[in-house]
Amino acid sequence: MDTGFIIEKFILVAVIFGISLVVAMYSTYAERKVAAYLQDRLGPDRAGPFGILQPLADGVKMFMKEEIIPTSSNKWLFIIGPGLALLCACIGTAVIPWGSPMEIGGKMVPLQVADINVGVLYIFGVVSLGVYGVMIGGWASNNKYSLLSAIRAASQNISYEIAMGLSIIALLLMTNTLSLKTIVEQQHGLNWNVWYQPLGFLIFMVCSFAETNRAPFDLPECETELIGGYHTEYSSMKLGFYLFAEYINMFVSSAVMATLYFGGYNYPGMDSMAVWLGPTWAPLFGTAVFFAKIVFFIFFFMWVRWTIPRFRYDQLMNLGWKGLIPLAIANIIITGVVIAIIEKF
Amino acid sequence: MSTQVFYFVATLSIIFSLMVIFAKNPIHSVLYLILTFFTFTVHYVLLNAQFLAVVNFIVYMGAIMVLFLFVLMLLNLNKETEPVKSPLIKIVGLIAGCCLVVTLVGSFKAATITSPLILKNPGLGLVENLGKELFGPFLLPFELSSLLLLAAMVGAVLLSKRDEVEA
Repeated sequence: MDTGFIIEKFILVAVIFGISLVVAMYSTYAERKVAAYLQDRLGPDRAGPFGILQPLADGVKMFMKEEIIPTSSNKWLFIIGPGLALLCACIGTAVIPWGSPMEIGGKMVPLQVADINVGVLYIFGVVSLGVYGVMIGGWASNNKYSLLSAIRAASQNISYEIAMGLSIIALLLMTNTLSLKTIVEQQHGLNWNVWYQPLGFLIFMVCSFAETNRAPFDLPECETELIGGYHTEYSSMKLGFYLFAEYINMFVSSAVMATLYFGGYNYPGMDSMAVWLGPTWAPLFGTAVFFAKIVFFIFFFMWVRWTIPRFRYDQLMNLGWKGLIPLAIANIIITGVVIAIIEKF
Repeated sequence: MSTQVFYFVATLSIIFSLMVIFAKNPIHSVLYLILTFFTFTVHYVLLNAQFLAVVNFIVYMGAIMVLFLFVLMLLNLNKETEPVKSPLIKIVGLIAGCCLVVTLVGSFKAATITSPLILKNPGLGLVENLGKELFGPFLLPFELSSLLLLAAMVGAVLLSKRDEVEA
């Protein structure tokens, strides 16, 4: 391992980390603006032009608030909870290919931190760990509403993980690889996986909503029943960590959906663009396209949140176990049969 | 380098597994168990068994331990409700512990010291090779075990159904 390699990866990690935080910061602003637009209001508009400094003001407020640790709580786990939530949210970005390799000073630099050959499974692992932050925080608060919320989060997460995994199997039957880099490279131009796996994509998307605890699946923080859910007892920046983790999760799931089903950094006419822009700027343009897709998905997350009312708990379980899982299995069978027929002839 | 990593992680595994037993609070026990499984994942990576590593990560750390925590939180065990252990159980525990010690001493005697990280077949743990092994020479055991899991699943569903009817 040479020093150049380490420095290159270090810079890449720092840039991706910075971008995820900025995206999460402005997602909070965007969420309030989108909500305001859908409800015919103005939304935040005091701090700076159009209120674009609002996330900074929120951040300052979060830091300045008094930090309260309840006396009856389990102190260490109470502190670890939000940290774990944010950590699990951030490490998912490591395997996502942000762009095709880019030429800097005569050297090809891959715009992906780690191309591990089980990339898809790694994402699953990170997603399944994400619930621990909520569970530990909810339990350590020693508050019955937080505890109920933690239990809800656990059962919801487990239930939807199954359907998510099954929907991915159908995709993997087609791609024959678990490496995200290869999956993106296969979707050159407009040859996106969503055209072949529309049902799989739909199931995957619904499950991502459930896994990120976003409305209409935000039962762990259902304020009409559970006050604030798992973060009822949290204040100051610890609460901020939980809220931030949710937005970073949203960013990562959007990136994963765009990577797996919407071609990542691929776009129609990319070959002529590559000739026109050269090997340095064309990958950056691809990255910009990728971010446009991500921003669309983040917008979609918000759009759904402010349009569809929350599920009831039994409806949530019915949808997961009796709706999505059978559909996902049917999808696997259909995909398998079609692939077998194509290979036969 | 990787030998040092192995010894470091192995020490961690042992410490965390001991903490699982010694922790008073059942939730803490489960959390230490999660850490133990995490160190196992590192061991699999060191053995170049990437698929096993990531599956251990997803299934054990991500799913089974979540269920453990779920059940413990649902029962909400604490010190007051903890059942008092009878002396009989302690005697049984002692006998079992002694048997374990004998087995361990026996296996240590039989084992010769080898380097911990010599792999006879380093490519075996990769997804592609593992899949070919499972669906080639080991197809029958693989399918039989999946049948077993299916039977267990059907049984679990049946048990929960019967309760519903009686209530």
